[in-house]
Amino acid sequence: MGFDLHIQSRCNLFRYLPGSAILLVLLMMLAPSSVMAEYADVVLNKRAEKAGISPVIFPHWFHRMRFRCKVCHTELGFEMSAGANNMTMADIIDGKFCGICHNGKIAWGPQNCFLCHSGKRGLESGIQGGEVTGGPGRW
Amino acid sequence: MKRYIFERLLAVCVGLCVAQASLFAAEPIAGPPAGPTAWTILEPTPEEQAELLLERTWRTLAKDDLHDPAGPGLRLLINPGAELFKLPPDTVGNKVRWVKALQEGHINPQPRLFSTTKLDEDVVEDIMLTKMDTGDLPRVLFPHKLHSEWLSCKDCHDRIFKTKAGETPITMLAILEGEYCGRCHGAVAFPLTKCMRCHSVPHETRPHLVKGAAVAPATKKSK
Repeated sequence: MGFDLHIQSRCNLFRYLPGSAILLVLLMMLAPSSVMAEYADVVLNKRAEKAGISPVIFPHWFHRMRFRCKVCHTELGFEMSAGANNMTMADIIDGKFCGICHNGKIAWGPQNCFLCHSGKRGLESGIQGGEVTGGPGRW
Repeated sequence: MKRYIFERLLAVCVGLCVAQASLFAAEPIAGPPAGPTAWTILEPTPEEQAELLLERTWRTLAKDDLHDPAGPGLRLLINPGAELFKLPPDTVGNKVRWVKALQEGHINPQPRLFSTTKLDEDVVEDIMLTKMDTGDLPRVLFPHKLHSEWLSCKDCHDRIFKTKAGETPITMLAILEGEYCGRCHGAVAFPLTKCMRCHSVPHETRPHLVKGAAVAPATKKSK
């Protein structure tokens, strides 16, 4: 007690320190949790977990080494906005969206569930910014 | 009264004209200097160069907080570090200079899947010094041709950007929120922390459009 009083009388900073620390922790909890994913990885979990399977992790880096953006975003019809593509597994098996390549000919076929459905449970859908930014709208 | 007003107005006009003329005679006003006529990839800044000397590292899939470390497919997937280390280095994003990787032929990503798809990468050959008011920052030089190597016209026009230059109400705030340039920059293309890669031309420079500007050496034609 005596020690506390001594500190308080000498420096006001210590009086506000516990309060500001709690505030900081609260703010950090409010901020989106930072994920150390590779830049531009996309989590697809609109339907996966509800259907009882792990979310899909789409690695942009791997695909852009082999195909230009226009292949998927024009020819395959993927909107350039995470969450705007309302595809189902049935579409993919029918050869639409991912299924245009993931058909066992160009890339592995849709029977290899866990190669795409490889994410942790409970992940939120969206683009992951990696270590530099949190992605669009998360600064 | 009418005549009086008319005379006064005439006098003011004549006075203004004379004043203008004398200004020009005394000292011709120099127009703002024209901007660059070619686009070249920006060299790393001194800070970046220091950082580039350090070894690049990428997290493995098992430790990236996204993949399930116990997932049955994980051992068959390729780690980013196994491929990205071969490509020109950067300090941000995937730690790869993607444009340089494409220009220098480190990668040759396919531009189309179907032979019937018309490639429109040769349609735009220009660089654009945008008219936007960038405040204290340098003006934005937009290499149109370079973007068309990765993207097709339809990806941006007219859904994200209007085709006519200067008609899209771009603001930095909207970009930071993931609209306009922010659709890709900050998400998949180099992040918005690299201000000077876009804001690269002195503010005094006149906005212009350079047709047929040299931007990137032609990449290998597709099949």
